Amino acid sequence: MSWRTIDRRTAAEQDLGPGLNDAVKEKIRSFFPRYPTKRAVLLPALHIAQDALGYISLRAMRELAELLELPPSAVLDVVTFYTHFWTHSRGRKTIVLCRSLTCELMGGGRVREGLEQRLGIGEHETTPDGQWSYMTEECLAACEHAPCLLINEKLHKGVQAEDLDRILVDPENDHLDMPRSTLFDAPAETKP
Amino acid sequence: MTFGRVLMRHVGVPNSTSLAVYKADGGYAGAARALQMTPDDLVELVKKANLRGRGGAGFPAGVKWTFLPKDRTVTYLCVNADESEPPTFCNRVLIDSDPHLLLEGVLIAAYATRTTVAYIYMRGEFCEQFHILQRALDEAYAAGYFGHNILGTGHNLECYIHRGAGAYVCGEETGLIESLEGKRGWPRIKPPFPAVEGLFRKPTVVNNVETLACLPHILTRGLDWWLSIGTANSKGPKMYCISGPVNRPGCYEAPLGLTCRELIYGADFGGGMRDGKQVKAVFPGGLSMGALRGDLFPKPPDGKVDPKQDYDELDCALDFDDVRKYDLLGLGTAAAVVVPEDADIRDVLLNVTRFYAQESCGQCTQCREGTAWMYKIAQRIRAGAGRRVDLDIIEETSRNMGMIPGLSICGLPDGAAWPIRTLIQKFRREFEQRIAAQEPGAAQSLIRRTNAAAYELPVLHGRAVQPAGGTFATPLDVAPPR
Repeated sequence: MSWRTIDRRTAAEQDLGPGLNDAVKEKIRSFFPRYPTKRAVLLPALHIAQDALGYISLRAMRELAELLELPPSAVLDVVTFYTHFWTHSRGRKTIVLCRSLTCELMGGGRVREGLEQRLGIGEHETTPDGQWSYMTEECLAACEHAPCLLINEKLHKGVQAEDLDRILVDPENDHLDMPRSTLFDAPAETKP
Repeated sequence: MTFGRVLMRHVGVPNSTSLAVYKADGGYAGAARALQMTPDDLVELVKKANLRGRGGAGFPAGVKWTFLPKDRTVTYLCVNADESEPPTFCNRVLIDSDPHLLLEGVLIAAYATRTTVAYIYMRGEFCEQFHILQRALDEAYAAGYFGHNILGTGHNLECYIHRGAGAYVCGEETGLIESLEGKRGWPRIKPPFPAVEGLFRKPTVVNNVETLACLPHILTRGLDWWLSIGTANSKGPKMYCISGPVNRPGCYEAPLGLTCRELIYGADFGGGMRDGKQVKAVFPGGLSMGALRGDLFPKPPDGKVDPKQDYDELDCALDFDDVRKYDLLGLGTAAAVVVPEDADIRDVLLNVTRFYAQESCGQCTQCREGTAWMYKIAQRIRAGAGRRVDLDIIEETSRNMGMIPGLSICGLPDGAAWPIRTLIQKFRREFEQRIAAQEPGAAQSLIRRTNAAAYELPVLHGRAVQPAGGTFATPLDVAPPR
């Protein structure tokens, strides 16, 4: 892991990225009664913001800080600690590949090579057409189906390198078809 | 095997996540019974049951509850569903098929500890499970098991699901609390323990999903039933996970005390190795608990075991006590990953060290630096440029990190040191063979390729170098420049 420095203080207006709209802010406010402090809403708020914007932009960080009465540095502090949050824009679909010991023993290394070769990108990068982003995660807790990968919300189990072509062209590969409560539910069309 | 499934009885039942199916099978009867008792009686019952925490440390849940101060006004209950230890997935299976069992356990634990707000901290990678649990929670609220005046007893309980965002260290209880408060998941220095000062500086109980899922069964089936399962100090059923190249990877329930061999080869469990391979190593309790040697190293025919020699350790019983005889840290999550005979032990070491180097939170120096250092050495060994002294360096590093030598805030570095040290110690012969098979001078040439400047230092070859030609920094085997 390397340090990435962001010049937040003097960032130009156009470099701040997208901001949060009123509906998103209202959704975040609806979490306030759940916790005795506003700061505790930060993690749910970041989830909601990332679902809406695709990543946590500098402008979103500032707006969240204002909403939760925190210094913006505290928001950045939390954003950079958790691997789930992206600080730069990502593609429409994000592939999270598991690289735990079980997945590697079951052929995860070949899946990883195949994926990087097909997408032509490295970790935390986005394809030029804005379709795919890719990252690895330490364990997806689905080891009996190793090796596995997650596309947005959908878990693909028992993926071998030969299956990648089939999975990548499937238009429904990120569609988790199940009844759900409306909380935290990310409407896919708001993603860039 | 006559043991009937208890915790996993709804796995595979159609529509098992709905309240109707759960109630039809006697669901929420345990909670109804608990709400008839006084909270103190309930704590006493759980203490008598000796319900030991299923999250890894094995601390008795009832005793944990008695640490709460008597004169408290607000208590919080946190449910640890941040199942990040590779290769553990039993909580996922439980939530997938029986979310109401967890919610009933939350209700009972909240009543026993007089809690009115419960948070379920669920890891961010659980997408499907989040929707399942949230739907179940909505149903339970609608049926009056959560909210105000539950079942007419005057007890109130609000329950919220809080999603994590991908940090292993948030499975540590104070790390979880910090993360819930909206900070980075940095574990806190203890004392004060969470029971005294935890979430939002109020008394807090943190319990694992599987621990809470045991509570309804203790209440409905009674203490005698519970105490009849398991070994002397480890009572109750346990969910064992097995993954890797076995015929039937998955999650299986058994009384505590199952042996590792049974878990891998039992027809009701792992069902043997794929393609008839032999087991080289097993991590029987999640990575952090250390490694066991497999049946690739047979025991001597006379049955006498010389601890200095390699021998088969699969007879280790997976309960809270027996594992320590085999130099394991504890039972952990009882999730085994099997390393087959054809896997390179250097790959295993590389994967394990990378995991901890990635997931160390960075607060304590020996953990942050030690895990990264061991990862670098493992990379070097994997690249075919290891030295025998590297094995000693890793072993020494791993002995000097963690809570056991008293150097760290949380148990993560212990969990990092243990598997790495046991791997080096138990498989040292293979490491040394691999290092001996390297090209001569590979270690030096790797250093020269990656960091030419370091190679110029005259001490690298392990002896003082007389500078040739009057310049201090002349490499040994390169002619001095004209």
